[in-house]
Amino acid sequence: MMTEEKIPDYKKEKKRVDGRKMDELRPMSIKVGVLPNADGSAYLEWGQNKVYAAVFGPREALPKHTQNPLKAVMKVVYRMATFSVPERKQPRPNRRDMEISKVLTEALEQVVFTEQFPNTEISVYVEVVDSQAGSRVACLTAASCALADAGIPMKDLVAATGVGKAFGEVIVDLDKHEEDAPDAVDIPIGIMPNSGQVVLLQMDGLLTKEEWAKIIPLGQKACKDIYEVQKNALKEKFVLNEVSEKTVEAGVNDKVEEKTPKVAAKKETKEVKAKKVKK
Amino acid sequence: MRTTILEHELSKIIDLARQAKRLDGRGLEEMRDFSIEVDKYENAEGSARVMLGQTEVIAGIKMGVDKPYPDSPDEGAISVGAELLPLSHADYESGPPSLDEIELARVVDRGIRESKAIDFSKLCIKEGEACWIAFMDFYAINADGNIFDAGSIAALVAFLNAKKPKLNDKNKIIKGEYDGKLELKRLPLLATFVKVGGKIMVDPTYVEEKASEARYSVATTEDGFMSAMQKGKGAFSFEEINYMIDLAYKVNDEKRKKILKLVKK
Repeated sequence: MMTEEKIPDYKKEKKRVDGRKMDELRPMSIKVGVLPNADGSAYLEWGQNKVYAAVFGPREALPKHTQNPLKAVMKVVYRMATFSVPERKQPRPNRRDMEISKVLTEALEQVVFTEQFPNTEISVYVEVVDSQAGSRVACLTAASCALADAGIPMKDLVAATGVGKAFGEVIVDLDKHEEDAPDAVDIPIGIMPNSGQVVLLQMDGLLTKEEWAKIIPLGQKACKDIYEVQKNALKEKFVLNEVSEKTVEAGVNDKVEEKTPKVAAKKETKEVKAKKVKK
Repeated sequence: MRTTILEHELSKIIDLARQAKRLDGRGLEEMRDFSIEVDKYENAEGSARVMLGQTEVIAGIKMGVDKPYPDSPDEGAISVGAELLPLSHADYESGPPSLDEIELARVVDRGIRESKAIDFSKLCIKEGEACWIAFMDFYAINADGNIFDAGSIAALVAFLNAKKPKLNDKNKIIKGEYDGKLELKRLPLLATFVKVGGKIMVDPTYVEEKASEARYSVATTEDGFMSAMQKGKGAFSFEEINYMIDLAYKVNDEKRKKILKLVKK
């Protein structure tokens, strides 16, 4: 372990162990529609974290007694690959996995119009294949993109990040080193970016009210940034419509440009149709 | 189980097979193209991501230190686990390992173990006291058939790249430091076949597996050995089995060439 190292002081240094600013996120990339078998899917890399999210449904809720005649039942399952952590993880789900599954379910229930699909189940599976602090917020961020990719009616996306305190300063997106700081406070939060409603909130550590007041705006700003990444990921898949509109505006002169978007747009409407039939 | 395949799709596949054709236009002896990403997951001591057609499998190795088994005090061990994640197909559900998952893990395990590719005595740290256990786990991320072969490719690539962590004098792992690689003496690979409408085809997709009446896998090495076999459901004649073995050597040699080329890059 890193026992011999000097403990950093973020108040003085103004720079974090990995060189980030206090309010800077680790690099993040999202891709949606990565799993052909799923109704919706997303793959997210965030620092060293790598997670897959897949959505199935709305489909018949089984066993039957789990059905709710008033709304769809959301089921989020969080799992980690055995090799996704420094010390091999036991393959069967532990209490941590189950708790995270529960809080993620409760977060995503808030954004989906579940009342539109009575007696069904919407399953969201998230699999962490590599991790370094902040896997649950990575999963929530990816899962909400996967739900959007599945075409499930939603009030909003969920953007989530870790915020908190380490080495004497308030920071966002703690990495492992900062999570292990003697004064570390880790607060995973998930926000609906448009309404500002909080759908995930947990905390570990000792915190004053003053620090809490400083942390909230940091978290809100970080989630706004994450929301932009999410929107761009969804646009990257569904933007083809925009492209074809543009070419229509441009006229018929540019034949090469016109050809490809048209085919692509056609393919997409087919997909949308297929989804409608399914429902 | 939520059946997601329609009856007419299955009968179409059987009809096509009788004319020696396949739904995706492949020949009966033709496998899907595959690609590999090596060491993508930094927490693993060796890892691989394999895309075989639309099938996606990831594998990773964690090295652990444990006491040797009493009957082999001077040997380490490998442990293979497989999971068909519910993420990978609507038909798969979470829960304790299913019979399919157990068979999958054990067949991939036997292909490697019995080929003697890994010298277990080299995994010994101190006789009777400490040895390495290489935990190789692989996961279906998108299941479009033949997780056996995709898993065996992922497993082989992960083992080819696995590093041994450094140990301190109390045989505890020093994080982030490594002491050489795991050595592989052979390169075993599985080849899996199904029989559909009386015709044998290699590398089945998910629907072809569903339409099939029998399944067979064989692991071969580059120096002409077979190291494991498994007949799944159904029945074969010896003529059919011999035909599949010959074909297995051929497709596995091609796969191996491609793997070595991709891994070296």
